Amino acid sequence: MADTGQQHPISVYFWIWALLFVFSAFSYMVDYAGFQGYLRWTLIIVFMMLKAGFIVAIFMHMRWERVALITAILVPPGALLVLVGLMAMESDYTWATRILYLGEDPAPVPLPPPSH
Amino acid sequence: MAEATGLRNLQIVDDWAADIEVFRGVPWGKAMMWIFLLSDTFIFTCFLTAYMTVRMTTAEPWPNPSEVFALEAFGVPVPLLLIAIMTFILITSSGTMAMAVNMGYRRKRGPAALLMVVTAILGASFVGMQAFEWTKLIIDEGVRPWGNPMGAPQFGSAFFMITGFHGLHVSAGVIYLAIVAWRVWRGHYEQQGYDIVEITGLYWHFVDLVWVFIFAFFYLW
Repeated sequence: MADTGQQHPISVYFWIWALLFVFSAFSYMVDYAGFQGYLRWTLIIVFMMLKAGFIVAIFMHMRWERVALITAILVPPGALLVLVGLMAMESDYTWATRILYLGEDPAPVPLPPPSH
Repeated sequence: MAEATGLRNLQIVDDWAADIEVFRGVPWGKAMMWIFLLSDTFIFTCFLTAYMTVRMTTAEPWPNPSEVFALEAFGVPVPLLLIAIMTFILITSSGTMAMAVNMGYRRKRGPAALLMVVTAILGASFVGMQAFEWTKLIIDEGVRPWGNPMGAPQFGSAFFMITGFHGLHVSAGVIYLAIVAWRVWRGHYEQQGYDIVEITGLYWHFVDLVWVFIFAFFYLW
């Protein structure tokens, strides 16, 4: 039986292989150089998405698959982004509550005496 | 409606609506592996989301991974040294796996099996380094799932859960690769074709893919 699988020139794989090494080195350098704040997060996310994209698109052959398979696999994780968003919103609220009621207040203000 | 908007001519609409198999030209094993990986994506994302939630909600300082995972090299502490080596090993193994898939479809079963064995050895060395990392963290740093001397107790539980589950996937992948490599070497797939190497490769690349996210969110964040 003939193979129905993906066959592509080896050079494509070598290029992506090299790119993954470069992106990994870059994201490691972000930590080594000690970048902080929004710059750090932006760089980490950008390199992460580039690596993930190339692995899925080239190594896992997604860009050569039929649209039916691509959508079936790549659309459902969108629900996960909603989960992440919901949990992030809820986290802010939980954190604020903990700081308010569980954290040690460095300068406690006594409650006013009962008025009755 | 479909005719009016020209949707009929879209390949995806045709594939999903034609009352025959949806993933045309895709071997069943491959479609099923993709669906398994999709479910695994949900599991790993739930772990990572749980980690995000405990990290965002804790009122105690989070231990700095850059310092916790530093290693001494030539007398100087280098941040995340072991993790960087593990990352490069996993990427290298992804490359050898891609080559194995390529060799399989060229029907060079000797090189395909050999490259799969190399991939498995790289994967096994990754697990070995992870065991070293866990030992160092538990024995030297005193990290436990319920607490650690450096700050928020959730650090330990998130770390052991996420890297443990990933390490389990790598270990299972090594066994999977070894079995398929052995069968490729024996010529077991000469009749049915070498789709199996690509399917095994999908699993292996997924393990690398998950590590990309763990590396970014747990170690670099």
